[in-house]
Amino acid sequence: MFHVKHFDVIVIGGGHAGTEAAAASARAGAITALVTIKVQSIGVMSCNPAIGGLGKGHLVREIDALDGIMGRAADLSGIQFRLLNRKKGPAVQGPRTQADRSLYQAAVQRLLSETPGLKVIEAEVADLALEGGRIAGVILADGQLVKSNAVVLTAGTFLNGVIHIGQESRPGGRMGDKASDLLGARLSEMGLQRGRLKTGTPPRLDGKTIDWSQVDTQPGDSDPMMLSFLSNSPHVRQIECGITHTNERTHDIVRANLSLSSMYSGKIEGVGPRYCPSIEDKVMRFFDKTSHQVFLEPEGLTTDIVYPNGISSSLPVDVQEAYVHSIQGLGHARLLQPAYAIEYDYFNPMGLSDTLELRVLPGLYLAGQINGTTGYEEAAAQGLVAGLNAALSASDRDPAVFHRAESYIGVMVDDLTSHGVTEPYRMFTSRAEYRLYLRADNADQRLTHRGIELGIVSRERANSFCDKMTKAVDLRNSLEATTLSSRCLHEQGIRVSDDGRKRSGLEILGAYGAEVGAMKALLPDYDRADPKIAHQVFVDATYARYLSRQQSEIDQLRSQESVKIDAGLNYGEIAGLSNEMKIKLSERRPGTLAQAARIEGVTPAALALVFAKVRKQKQSKEAV
Amino acid sequence: MSATIFAVATSRGKAGVAIVRVSGPRALEALAAFNVVAVQARRATLRRLVHAGEVVDEAVILWFPKGQSFSGEDIIEFQLHGSVAVVAAVLAVLGQLDGFRLAEAGEFTRRALENGVLDLTQVEGLADLIDAETEAQRRQAQRVLSGAIGVRVAGWRRDLLRAAALIEATIDFADEDLPVDVLDEVRELVDALRLDFQREIDGSRVSERLRDGFELALIGAPNVGKSSLLNALAGREAAITSAVAGTTRDVIEVRLDIGGLPVTILDTAGLRETEDEIERLGVGLARSRARAADLRILLVEPGGQPAEFELGPDDIILETKADLFPGVGRVSSVTGDGLADLLTRIENILNGRMAAVGVLSGERQRNALYLGIEALDSAKGWLYMGYAHVELAAADLRSVAQALEYLVGRIGVEALLDEIFSSFCIGK
Repeated sequence: MFHVKHFDVIVIGGGHAGTEAAAASARAGAITALVTIKVQSIGVMSCNPAIGGLGKGHLVREIDALDGIMGRAADLSGIQFRLLNRKKGPAVQGPRTQADRSLYQAAVQRLLSETPGLKVIEAEVADLALEGGRIAGVILADGQLVKSNAVVLTAGTFLNGVIHIGQESRPGGRMGDKASDLLGARLSEMGLQRGRLKTGTPPRLDGKTIDWSQVDTQPGDSDPMMLSFLSNSPHVRQIECGITHTNERTHDIVRANLSLSSMYSGKIEGVGPRYCPSIEDKVMRFFDKTSHQVFLEPEGLTTDIVYPNGISSSLPVDVQEAYVHSIQGLGHARLLQPAYAIEYDYFNPMGLSDTLELRVLPGLYLAGQINGTTGYEEAAAQGLVAGLNAALSASDRDPAVFHRAESYIGVMVDDLTSHGVTEPYRMFTSRAEYRLYLRADNADQRLTHRGIELGIVSRERANSFCDKMTKAVDLRNSLEATTLSSRCLHEQGIRVSDDGRKRSGLEILGAYGAEVGAMKALLPDYDRADPKIAHQVFVDATYARYLSRQQSEIDQLRSQESVKIDAGLNYGEIAGLSNEMKIKLSERRPGTLAQAARIEGVTPAALALVFAKVRKQKQSKEAV
Repeated sequence: MSATIFAVATSRGKAGVAIVRVSGPRALEALAAFNVVAVQARRATLRRLVHAGEVVDEAVILWFPKGQSFSGEDIIEFQLHGSVAVVAAVLAVLGQLDGFRLAEAGEFTRRALENGVLDLTQVEGLADLIDAETEAQRRQAQRVLSGAIGVRVAGWRRDLLRAAALIEATIDFADEDLPVDVLDEVRELVDALRLDFQREIDGSRVSERLRDGFELALIGAPNVGKSSLLNALAGREAAITSAVAGTTRDVIEVRLDIGGLPVTILDTAGLRETEDEIERLGVGLARSRARAADLRILLVEPGGQPAEFELGPDDIILETKADLFPGVGRVSSVTGDGLADLLTRIENILNGRMAAVGVLSGERQRNALYLGIEALDSAKGWLYMGYAHVELAAADLRSVAQALEYLVGRIGVEALLDEIFSSFCIGK
């Protein structure tokens, strides 16, 4: 079967977390094995056929900036690119693409096969091998021991997974795959806190049976923003999506059959995501709305399968057919696969460190839905963090921690490990307090140099990045050096106050950059520059004032972060801390004063006390 | 274990009573040091303090047990006879006890804060309470001490959160068909917050007057009787009076308690054109101090021409020298006629101003709100552009929230503590 019985890093699972973890680990120089039950399923998109979006698109750009695979695979398979929030500011614009499922899968598998030092193994992992309180490898279902220095576990929805369709339920991690719970039991034994979540997916429709003449269409963008910094334009034919709507009749059918829904009949205990509601939820929670949008998204160029985005459900199959048929254009639509809800276990991510390593079992990293998140992009970004750090630890290098002030990846890891989850965690731009800086357009500026230092970025990307940066810096410098008088600005119709002050080209670009004609006349260097570079400089200039303000906030945060709290600090001993605070702080064990400050309900008084205690400890240590 | 701290909590020097306060985990050991057997919690007990066979003093002892005391720790208070020697002897004994040390400035209060007994705005209020000279000041400090700012900030934060949530929904759920245009509601919330902040800042000026005193300027032509009125109000010769016009050159201040409100009366140089350079400087000073004061009384001799000065709506025009020219509403500094009425009138006016009193006081708190207003204005600007830059409006609203965090002391904990406690006296 295979000869090597020892790897630096073993990644369990071939989903979005697992593939990104394995690729990152191998890029970091670790001899890596990706072990999956079904090699053929690697890179499969089990829910909607799309990559990116708001917050999510940001994550993909960051993964790409660190030379991950998701962005490139999405561009290779993208059949409709749209930049969401195109009419709002650049900081909140998120690139998204519909992907051809089979092309996406093929792209992921090809990119993995091209990664040196990465071996894919088809096998079922039955158990973890431990040695002296540390991970030592995995034990396969056939009893073989495969040794490794570190293991990344990405079990997705396969832990104790149960699929619900109406009143029927059966174990399973995804339609057609079996659930595995041996690993889950092992983690529970270690005392990890286990919870239950739920998610759902809509039925799949046969596109040949949809009356396309009765639905609206939505084209992609004419000047698409790609997900990878290495891509310039789509690789395959672009298509349109359909848009239709539910109506009163649809809602009546749902309401009349509510007692048959797994969710509403009390069969499901897991908590679902509020922002991705099933059709049952929409009808019940937004009862005054008589219609909801349904996007008809083709799953690929060579298939007739259509993904009706917006009508996930756990109603019985016959009810699903009835409500689908009530929708305009879907009167005769054939269901190829029913909608279903799936319940699965996750482990409280507060048991993880900021590298996604389990605190109680050094060497074991968890990534993806097992940590309570939802979405391909969230899973992939965690995979990258876990895989990279597993590789770094396997070779005794310093960990790579991502800060919430520098990336969405950092925001997510920090949120998960310091607050845990109460519902499936999805990325939003509003989760990032430094959102104006953490943009999709500058993900490379924020992260690629770091990736180069870590040695995980290809030479091709490093060169193109350095070239871009040099040009951007040159343009910025030249604009900075350009001075414009108020008279010459007035001549171009720019109404600055007549204070006789000279303004720099960069300042004018930041304030009036949208007035293209005037910029052309005033800033010839800007006009001549490579449009991509020019746009980058323009966006940076737009936010300059806010960014400097944010910087002082970030500095404040970092100074609170520099106050480290001893992991063994006995909060019970701190005189005067209320019991509530003692319990909260003992449970969360914040690593720094900044983390303590972010725990809900922790009062300034409690912070002051913890701070005083830390300072006292430090003083007595120094005195010894 | 933290040190047990002690200090004299009353003013130094000879007085009827001197209080020595002890706080900390070993506070009860202070009793044993003076051979005092167990006292009951929260009961005043008279005991003889004996140390090394000598009676040090006979004192009233109070024990506030841990969790029920001002600092959150065990507190023992000795109410001693106010003799310097007695106090020194007691402090000397305490200083020799293991784990005991003299408290630093503000350390008792700092412990109260650190033990969660007080929040920061309450601590700032306490500093005011201790310095309170008048009844109204004490009431205001009490109000702050009860956590009124925290309550107000909680309300603002709620509105801010609502506004931010509305904006965020339009950003993060761009693909959903959102029901209505939410920006109108956001604008309303922003406007209301701005109004509230401004009102609070205005109110804080009144609070500050309460703390530092209102200023009442006496103005008028030379020799109209300003200094005489000042002396009559003060009940002493605070200002030199003479029949010579232009006697007062500098501004003379006298601090009074009028109906519980602290008021500083300013006697100023008579307003007239003059060749005398020093007097001219005095007149200039008089005008600028009078303009800055909270209230002005323009004094006029009956039948005389009032000096030229632009008055505010509440300002008083007062005829003097009622002893020479009797008449309704006139005052006489010689006989005291009309003075009581004048005081009542002043009190009523100032009480009217008090209606606007805010819970904020101090520059730090006000600055936080100014930052908030600046950010709200900026947000308003972006909101008028529709959705094009809602992300910047959102950033501004975040800054407002930051300002509120700063106001209640969640941000920059360390710097803040140092700033506040440095203004305390030792023993408080």
